Amino acid sequence: MSALPFFSERIAAGFPSPAQGYLDEHLDLNRLCIRRPASTFLLRVEGDSMVDAGIFSGDILIVDRSLEAVAGDVVVASLEGEFTVKELQLLPTPMLKPRNAAYAPIPIGDDGVDLFGVVTFCLHALRGRG
Amino acid sequence: MFALVDCNSFYAACERLFRPDLQGRPVVVLSNNDGCIVAGSEEAKALGVKTGMPVHLARDLIARHKIAVFSSNYALYGDISQRVMATLETLVPQVEVYSIDEAFLDLSLMGEAELLPLAQQVRARVARWVGVPVCVGVAPTKVLAKLANHAAKRYPATGGTVVLTDPARREKLLALTPVSRVWGVGRRLMGRLEALGIETALDLARADSCMIRRRFSVVQERLVRELNGEPCLSLDTQPSPRQQVIHSRSFGEPVTTLPPVRQALSDFAFRAMESLRKESLYAGRVTVYLRTAPMGKPQQLFPNTLSAALSPATADTRVVVHQAQALLTRLWKQGYRYGKAGVILTDLRGRGQVQSGLFTSEQPAEPDSGARADALMAVLDTINQSGAGKVWLAGQGMQADQRSVWAMRRAHLSPAYTCRWSDLPVAR
Repeated sequence: MSALPFFSERIAAGFPSPAQGYLDEHLDLNRLCIRRPASTFLLRVEGDSMVDAGIFSGDILIVDRSLEAVAGDVVVASLEGEFTVKELQLLPTPMLKPRNAAYAPIPIGDDGVDLFGVVTFCLHALRGRG
Repeated sequence: MFALVDCNSFYAACERLFRPDLQGRPVVVLSNNDGCIVAGSEEAKALGVKTGMPVHLARDLIARHKIAVFSSNYALYGDISQRVMATLETLVPQVEVYSIDEAFLDLSLMGEAELLPLAQQVRARVARWVGVPVCVGVAPTKVLAKLANHAAKRYPATGGTVVLTDPARREKLLALTPVSRVWGVGRRLMGRLEALGIETALDLARADSCMIRRRFSVVQERLVRELNGEPCLSLDTQPSPRQQVIHSRSFGEPVTTLPPVRQALSDFAFRAMESLRKESLYAGRVTVYLRTAPMGKPQQLFPNTLSAALSPATADTRVVVHQAQALLTRLWKQGYRYGKAGVILTDLRGRGQVQSGLFTSEQPAEPDSGARADALMAVLDTINQSGAGKVWLAGQGMQADQRSVWAMRRAHLSPAYTCRWSDLPVAR
C-alpha cells in the first residue's frame, strides 16, 4: 500500500483560498490496518460463508494473532486441516458462526478450537481484482 | 544475565504455520537444490531422519511414514524470523540476532525473581504472535545460556524454559552435558580436550584456565570462565559491517557447456550487486569460482577461483558482470561437469571511502560512469523492487525456460505465503 497525501481542508467552490495546498501528513494505510506488523498476517477468503458480515470470496483478511479474541470477533481458526473464517460466539454455547443462512454453525467442543488470529480488517475490491 | 531464545525446528515450524493439516505430522526441509535434509520436525527426528542425510537415503522413510517434504523457502523463513525478532524487541530493549532462529537477550536489568516469568512470557508471546515454538535458556553468561536453552529443548518437564542461576543446578547440568555440546567446541577441539580427560562440560569448567590458555588460546580460556558464570562475551547488537557478498548456486544438473554457466554467473553477479546496493556499498574486488559436480570425473578443476580488483570500487552491475565474464573465460576448461558456480564481492566500502581513479575525472567523460551509473542502477533497483516488472541484462538469459538448465532444483517449494499476493494462505 502506498501513502496518499491527506488534505484536511474542505473544498470550496469558487475562488481558491490562499491557504490551500498545505500538506498535513501522509496517510499510511499500513499504519491504519496493521497495528502490529510482527503478528499480522494476510489471508485470502474463499467461499461465501461470511457474506452477511460483508466478507466475500476473494477478499483479503488482515489477521492479528496478538489479539485476545472476544465474543463477536470475526476469527480465523484451523479446522480439520484448513483455515476457516467465522464469527466467534461464546454464549450460550461456544461456536463458530457462519454469516450465511445456508451454512450451519460449528460447535466448539470441550477441547476448544485452534485459533489462528482475530480478523481486524477485510479488504474488498470494488473494481477489478488486484 | 543473558537469555538465549531458540526456535524449535524452525524451518519445519515455518512450513507448518500456514498448513494446519501438517500439525503433528512429520515434516522435513531440503537443502538448496533438494540434495540433503537440512531440518526436520520433532516427529521426523523421532522416525530416524537426521539432519545432513542425503535425501535419496531417506526415500524409504519418507514414503513409509508419509513425511511432508519441502524445498528450502528462505523468503518465508526470513519473514518469520524477522517477526520473531520484532516480537522479542517488544519485551526486552537489547536483542542480538544471532542467527535466523536464535537471539540473545540482555537481561542485566532484571531482578532474579523476574527471570523465569519473563522467560515464560517470551515463549508464550512468540508462540501466540508469530505461531512458532521457542525455548528460552537464561544464565549469567552466553555460553551457559546456550546450555540452558539446550536443556529446555531436551527435557520436556522444563516447559521450554530453564533459568540457570542456582550454582548447584548449573553444576548438575554441566555434569550431564558432553563437552562437545558446549558452544564453540568443534570436533577437533573436542578430540584434544578428551585427550586431557575432559569429557563433560563440568570437566571443562573445572579445568585450570591458565593451563587451557597455554595449551589452546584465550578463546578457550574464555569458555572456561563463561562456564563458571563469569561473563566474557557481551551482547553484540551492532551487526558487524559486511565483509563480503556471495551469490552462488548449485546447478539443477551438471553443466558441461559454457553458455549456461555464462548466464548463471551474469545472474549471480546481478543479484550480488543488488544486495550490495541495498546496503549502499561499493565493491573493490570480484571473485568467480567454479566447482565440478561431486559425482563427475574425479579430477578437480584447478585453479577453480580467479579474482580481479575493481578500480575504482563500483556499485555498477554492468562493470561487475563484465569483469566476472572475463574471469570466467580465463577459468573455464572444457571437458568437466560443473556442479556449482558463484560470484563473491569483497573489499566492500561505503561511498565516502571510494577513491576515484587518478585518470577518472569528477565530471566523467564517459556518459556511463560515476554519478550517472549510480542513477541508472537506482532506476534499475526501483523497477525491480516495484513488482511492476523486471529489468535484467541480456546476458542473464531471455526467458525463464532458458534459465532452467542452471536454475536451482526446488521441486517441493511451498508458496511465498507472506510475501506474494498470489500466494496468500486461504481461509474458507
